[in-house]
Amino acid sequence: MRERLAVAFGAAAFAVAPFVLEALDESFLLSVLTRMLAYALAAAALDLVLGYGGMMSFGHGAFLGTGAYVAGVLLHHRAEGSAVMEWPLRVGGTAEALIAWPAAAAVCGVLAAAIGAISLRTRGVHFIMITLAFAQMVYFLVLALPQYGGTDGLMIPSRNVLAGWPLAGDAPLYWVALVLLALFLVFARRAMASRFGLALRGARMNERRALALGLPVYRLRLVAFTLSGAVTGLAGAILANQASFVSPDLLSWQRSGELLVMVILGGQGTLFGPVLGALALLAAEEELAQITEHWMLVLGPVLLLVVLFFRGGLWRVVAGVRGDA
Amino acid sequence: MTALLFVEQTLNGLQLGVMLFMIAAGLTLIFGIMDVINLAHGSLYMAGAFVGATVTARTGSFALGVLAGAAAGALIALLLELAVIRRLYARDHLDQVLATYALILTFNEAVKVLWGPAPIFLAAPPLLSGTVEVLPGIPYPAYRLAVIAVGLAAALFLGWLIGRTRLGMLIRAGTTNRETVQALGVDIGLLFALVFALGGALAGLAGVMAGPVLAVQVGMGEQILILAFVVIVVGGLGSVRGAMAGSLLVGLADTWARAFLPVLLRGLLPPAAADQVAANLGSVAVYLLMAVVLSVRPQGLFPRHA
Repeated sequence: MRERLAVAFGAAAFAVAPFVLEALDESFLLSVLTRMLAYALAAAALDLVLGYGGMMSFGHGAFLGTGAYVAGVLLHHRAEGSAVMEWPLRVGGTAEALIAWPAAAAVCGVLAAAIGAISLRTRGVHFIMITLAFAQMVYFLVLALPQYGGTDGLMIPSRNVLAGWPLAGDAPLYWVALVLLALFLVFARRAMASRFGLALRGARMNERRALALGLPVYRLRLVAFTLSGAVTGLAGAILANQASFVSPDLLSWQRSGELLVMVILGGQGTLFGPVLGALALLAAEEELAQITEHWMLVLGPVLLLVVLFFRGGLWRVVAGVRGDA
Repeated sequence: MTALLFVEQTLNGLQLGVMLFMIAAGLTLIFGIMDVINLAHGSLYMAGAFVGATVTARTGSFALGVLAGAAAGALIALLLELAVIRRLYARDHLDQVLATYALILTFNEAVKVLWGPAPIFLAAPPLLSGTVEVLPGIPYPAYRLAVIAVGLAAALFLGWLIGRTRLGMLIRAGTTNRETVQALGVDIGLLFALVFALGGALAGLAGVMAGPVLAVQVGMGEQILILAFVVIVVGGLGSVRGAMAGSLLVGLADTWARAFLPVLLRGLLPPAAADQVAANLGSVAVYLLMAVVLSVRPQGLFPRHA
């Protein structure tokens, strides 16, 4: 009951936020909120893997960055009028989000399936280190593409259009990001309550029992990892539009770590918790950065204290529910 | 020409390998005996480099700098163990990753505050600044040979410590079964702190030794830490022998790929583009190596006996 109230309150707050900000003449904050929504989507996607699947991925930055680069590269070629590739078939650039964003999700899904197929042969600490290492590999692969800016990143000349409707300006992108996040939360909630979700959670709690029951544990995890990677890529595509810039920094291990922090801060295995965690972490970063240049020196110890002494996450405090974990 | 390049790059690979070993050995020992994954291990390496460079600059003695770097690594490791890591033994690996991730953020920013964001310079000592003819007609920087020597000495020392001493016996026993060692009356807290300090000293030593070869800068710890993870995954978690084999493999693979890919690619691409592409593709080689090893042996080359 309290959880429903919290969700309803959150949804209402986001629905009225653009109007309130406009009334307060602070519309520029909408862009900040859009960035939070994109990270919230990525954090919720990571929660499928981490909270429900028990897979500690330290490599989701790779999907966030790759999704951003797919959207950015398509826009870049569209503006240049050149082709992304000529062989084996000609792929031109596009500004249409209905093509570019599914493409970002699909590329990240394939990447996640490949990384997952190898990484899921191991578990625990190995899995953490391997996902971290593969993310680093993707980082270097992207840097090796000289036509997309290397370490300087890729400027995006103009944003995507959605079915011909330009996402220029802060409000359209905000609404699209909000709708996508809401759709994913509804979908993921249902998926985790379905047979698939129950099997995935069962395998996390007791792998041997799940195997003995005849559940295809490896395949279940691979599906969850792939889905999570694809949705994280979609979040990356939104981020690319929000910033009108794609930085290789999105692919870095720091982003992967940040996403993990968001999930844990909000409460793993709750889906809504990671959303709250993303909002809280980014808001804290914004605020601290205004106070001091060395805000990391504050955030780092605070995070440490949170991990050591504050367990269960923010969502438990707000909604009074424990996560799946 | 090719022979020169090959010998030179192989020695460079060995040098990277022994540096990686000094990081990976500490990580793997700490994991093996305490079941803790410490992301901040790279910060100890960074701290060693910065303290070593500062002491060298102040005193003019590189040897003092090396000692100070190793001591700083050990001391900070000890403090970390007492203040933070000790609370993480009973936690799951995720909490350990997050807590030590927070430590990395803190350490990196602290170094920025203390030393500024720009890389600082650490010169090789004058005695080792020349070259040595390793083979007739093939000169090689003396300092890099010294790094290899120090790394091999560290490996031999570790081998002796673990294989021949009472402390090593306890470490091996602790890796196999922590509870039994504790039940036999060994002060396990003291043992953990000692192993942590040992790992810190090795990381600090590696940091100073790396100073004249690589840049002493914020973020240097994470670059080497991720490579050390690859080493551990390839070699097998918890095994010092695996760390040695993995380090040499990764060091050689990384160096060879970076050195020889540009030569190969220059035939296909314009030289400037070829160098950039090859430099980054070369970095990918070690991860491909890891993927191949994992698909054949998921537990690494030298798995610890479970």
